[in-house]
Formats: sequence, structure tokens, C-alpha cells
Amino acid sequence: MKEAVAATRVVPDKNGRFGAFGGKFVPETLMNALTELEAAFAEAMQDPAFREELNGLLREYAGRPTPLTYAERLTEELGGARIYLKREDLNHTGAHKLNNALGQGLLAKRMGKKSIIAETGAGQHGVASATVAAKLGLSCKVFMGEEDIRRQSLNVFRMNLLGAEVVPAVSGSRTLKDATNEAIRYWVSNVEETFYVIGSVVGPHPYPYIVREFQKIIGEETRAQILQMLGKLPDEIIACVGGGSNAIGMFYPFISDGQVALRGVEAAGRGVDTDKHAATLSLGRPGVIHGSLTYLLQDEHGQVQEAHSISAGLDYPGVGPEHAYLKDSGRVTYTSVTDEEALAAVQMLCRTEGIIPALESAHAIAEAMKRAPQMSKDEILVICLSGRGDKDVLTIQDALGSKEEGKQQ
Amino acid sequence: MTTAVNRIDKLFADRSRKRFIPYITVGDPTLEATYQLAHALVEAGADLLELGIPYSDPLADGPTIQRASQRALENGVSIGDALQLVARLRKSGMEAALVLFTYINPVMQYGIDRFFSDLAKYGADGVVIPDLPVEENGLAVEAARKYGLHVISLVAPTSESRIKSIGEQASGFLYCVSSLGVTGARESLRDDLSEFLERVKASTAVPTAVGFGISTPQQVKAVAPHTDGVIVGSAIVREIEKHAEQLKDPVQSPEAVEKIKTFVHQLASALQ
Ligand SMILES: Cc1ncc(COP(=O)(O)O)c(C=O)c1O
Repeated sequence: MKEAVAATRVVPDKNGRFGAFGGKFVPETLMNALTELEAAFAEAMQDPAFREELNGLLREYAGRPTPLTYAERLTEELGGARIYLKREDLNHTGAHKLNNALGQGLLAKRMGKKSIIAETGAGQHGVASATVAAKLGLSCKVFMGEEDIRRQSLNVFRMNLLGAEVVPAVSGSRTLKDATNEAIRYWVSNVEETFYVIGSVVGPHPYPYIVREFQKIIGEETRAQILQMLGKLPDEIIACVGGGSNAIGMFYPFISDGQVALRGVEAAGRGVDTDKHAATLSLGRPGVIHGSLTYLLQDEHGQVQEAHSISAGLDYPGVGPEHAYLKDSGRVTYTSVTDEEALAAVQMLCRTEGIIPALESAHAIAEAMKRAPQMSKDEILVICLSGRGDKDVLTIQDALGSKEEGKQQ
Repeated sequence: MTTAVNRIDKLFADRSRKRFIPYITVGDPTLEATYQLAHALVEAGADLLELGIPYSDPLADGPTIQRASQRALENGVSIGDALQLVARLRKSGMEAALVLFTYINPVMQYGIDRFFSDLAKYGADGVVIPDLPVEENGLAVEAARKYGLHVISLVAPTSESRIKSIGEQASGFLYCVSSLGVTGARESLRDDLSEFLERVKASTAVPTAVGFGISTPQQVKAVAPHTDGVIVGSAIVREIEKHAEQLKDPVQSPEAVEKIKTFVHQLASALQ
């Protein structure tokens, strides 16, 4: 196995750059808001009262720490490395997204903003933002692509139930990219009274940094839990990458542990040899999307291309700039798995562990199904189970339906 | 390297006259229509033309210009076509200053140095890149200087303490964003607009032009005393959209161009 290299630089720098990536490529109207946000975040994180309030909510509202589960039957089935699951699916609202939404929601309140906006793909970040808005007494608008509204109708209903307004994005591919465009346009028009809660480690500086800081609790807990359980660090960690927030949250506390191999898994959709995929790091080129210089799926003229994945949360033509940096530095290995492999992984986890994973998280499981058999029985493999699959059952039923019917007869 | 005086500088050398700056999207609804419209705009009183290069994700644009971009992209219009259009306009004797409006990503993919080199070669005078704030514009500014071109900076009502440094670094003219939000026609302008424009004027040596949301002759008149130029985009693009089918038809196109010219003339003449 390739020895992983420990990254040594502290990123981002004061210009919001992760090596060559990141930055603030946004309309001038937003620049002052970004500067204010950066200052407010720095000040909040130094205030013990803010951290205590956040930690209290994470503990008593979100239900953290989430467990680290030994996946005994999955381990036996695959016949290689011992597999552990970090159970972000057990976080309140069913995904890791709440960690960040709580942090940014508290920050919004501290900055005196009464309304928040958010973009969402799968709907998990939208649900998390709507939840936080309700809990903290803020108003909430969630921008969501029309196509995703169709794919994730349950989550749309949940957001409405929680008191949020879901605003359909009708331009472009009508998915996460377009929802983000609409959220940014709305923010430009209402920047003075609105806080934009970005859902992943994407967007202009300081967002990729802020979201990482709010998500790194995933890796911190995992590190402490595995040390306590086994007295050693894992050999490999796998997480799925859409924008990359669950992956960065998981990886970041292990970055300087060079012996821990880190693998990010993108969506290959119908396959990396087709034009229907979301494998940004594998097949994209550096470019600017949503305020950040990063890997991007684009044509020869720099027009952004539409991404495709069965999983709405991975269906994004960009990726967080820190991942671009970690790819180029070689610290993290990025691979991709197809829709079909992800579906097989859903079934595998359901039947071996009694856990229905989110389609996003199933990409990490599918990669683990390839990796674990190649590892020895005394090696440890941790998977970030970023969310639960309840929101996806209709999609999964659609995709598996005919096959299942066939079997029952 | 160019030694000729940049047309933007030439234009604003005489600041006793206010300048009218219309925006249209290249290739909306066709490249030929844009060529005809560009000439019509100058005849209607435009001193500088802003030509938009269509982009898939125009973050700073409202629905009207988004739709124009979409129409142009459906025609496969790219930076190369915009440059060819500039060359064709110059060949046909157009003397007005020409500024391209584009997002940063297509420029990066084209190559920043190559972009400015070609801009100069084909006869453009500058570029507006709405997602390239002063913190990120170093490479572009360096390349633009090399070829005698201007990267036009934007300043917004929310720029506050940034106004001073933006004003000091500005080149060509300074684009004052008249309202929060994306491009698009607005019913009314901000109450504190004139105050903002006066603050900007005091912070910079270069001329100022104001745009984003200005759509009627009344609004043009209202902002004129506080600026050297007025930019109108969405209101004109909306007229083009109304006549899109005619503009595509070689027989009906001249009449549609004439109507748009009349519309623009009303805006331009409100300035003087
Ligand atoms: C359960 C789950 N996992 C992963 C993702 C992908 O986002 P990220 O890469 O930021 O973790 C999403 C996004 O909606 C999600 O809902």
C-alpha cells in the first residue's frame, strides 16, 4: 500500500487559500459580508460562552457524541479489515449536516440576523437548517432545485413542517448547483439582514474553513473512540465526497497522522466513461464555482457542466477547495463508485447490519466493499456513515423495484 | 504591446459630458443581431458598449440576463465568438469604446494572458468581471496593463470601508453598483444612492459610471448629476427578448433593430 504523506501546511491562509485553491470570487456586494463573517466567527470561537452553547446543543439536542459501531457481520462478509461505522446517521435529523447548521445558526443569531437562507441538494442540509431555525427562532428559506424537489419530496415536506419556505430553483440542471446560484443571488439582494448558511465546505472564504471547523467534531470523536476501544488509530478511513463536508470533518483530525490512509469517494453516476457522473476530483479541471477556485466539471470553454448521481447530495460539479488541495498534495486518495455499486452497498449494509444508509453514504460503503477484502484481518477500516437512508427509500425502491419483485416470485 | 490611447481614456478625457453605456449579451438572439444592434446602439447615442459573454452560471445576473445568456449559449457562443464580433465591429469602422463583460472562469480556461492579448489584438478596451473582487484580480490587472487595457472594478453600496482602496486601484472607470442584488430592472432606486455615488466620486481619480437596476429615462436623469456615465442592461435586454423572433429573421430584423434603437435613444437622451 502507498504510504500516505502527512500534510504540514496550515490551511487556509489569510486570503482563504488552500494552496492554490479557495479564495473569494464573488460580487463586490458580498465582500464586506464575508469580511464581517470571518471576524464574527473568529471572535465567537474565542468566546467560551459560544462554544459552551454550541457544545450543549450538540450534546443535548443533536445527541452527540454519535457512536462508533463495530460492523461485525459486514466485516465477516467481506473477509478482510475490521470495519467500524461512525454513526452520523444517528445525529438528530439523520445526517452530519446538523453539526454545521447548528454552528452557523448560532453564529447568525450572535450577529443579530433574524433570517437564514440555505441551499440544499438531498434536502438534508435544508432540513438541518429548518430545524435550527425553528430551535433558535429564526426565519428560514431553503433554495432547492426543482429536480431535487421531485427526488426528495419527503424532505421538502419535512422542511415545510418545520416552518421553512422551500424556494424552487428552475435554472440549469435544477439541482444543487442551481440552488446554490439562487441562494447566492438572493443573498446579494438581502445581504444586510440575511445570514447564508452554506451546507458544505464550498463557497467563498471563510465558508470552507467555517464548515470544516464545525464538522471536524466527526473526526475528533472518531479518533478518541477508536483509541479508547482499540488503543490504536485506524489504518484507513473512507468517506463520501459531494461538496466534501462529512469527509473533511472526518479526515481533518487525522491529517497529520501519516499512517492513516484517507480515501474520499465521489459519485461516478452511470460511470466515469460516460458523461453522467459527479466525479469532480477525478475528471474535473481547476476552475471557479460559487466563489471558490477548485476542481470543476466544465467544458472546454469553461461553461459548468451538469453533474449526475443517483444521490442528490453528491450531484454537484464542484468540490470543496480543501479537497482539491488534499488531492494535489497526495494526502488523500480520491476514487469514485457508480450508482449501481452504491445501490448494492445499500442492500449489503441493510442485510448485514440492519442499517439503511443514505445513498450518499452508500458510496463510502461501496468503496469499503472493494477495499476491505484487500486488507488484512488485523487492519482497521473506518467508514463515515454520513446519514440514514429514510429520505432515499423511494429512490431506492424505484431503482431496485423490478429486481426485488422478480426475486419474491 | 499597444501604444495607442485606450478608447475609454479618450472618451472620459472630456468629463463635461455624461456618457451612456448600454449592455447587451453577445449572441442574443444571434451573433448577426448583436452586430446590427451594436451599431444601432451607437447611433442611438451610446459612447461605450458593454458586451456580455454568455455564461452557464451567471451569479451576478438576474433572470433577464440569465435568459439572454441561455439563448446565446444555445447558439454555442463562446469567448472566441465575442472576440470575432469585436474584430468585425472595428473593421466596420466602429469607434465607440468596447468593454467585454464576463465571469472569471471562462477567462481562466481561455488563459488570462491570452485573453487580454486577444482583447487588445481584436480591438476591445477593457473588461468587467463581476466575480473578481480586487483581492483576486492581481493576475488579470497585470495582464491588462501589459496590453494597454482596463479591468473595470465594481464598487457597491455595501463596500463601506473598501470604497477607498477600490477607488485608489480603479482603472478606466469605476462601476458603481446602484442597488443591492443582481442585474435587473428595478422600479425604484435606493434613497441613499446619491450619497453613495458622491462618496465614491470623492475616493477615486477615475470617472465613475452607475448601473444595476437602472431602466427608465427618469432614473437615468436622477443619477446623472452624481456620475460620469450611466449603464443600462436588463431594460435593453428585455426589449431584445421581446423582439427575439423578429431579430432572428433577416427580413424582419431591421424593423426590430429600429424599435430597440428608439427605446435606447430615449434613455441616452435623458442624460444630456
Ligand atoms: C447523508 C449525506 N451525506 C453526504 C452528503 C454530501 O455532502 P458532503 O460531501 O458535504 O458531506 C450529503 C449532502 O446532502 C448527505 O445528505
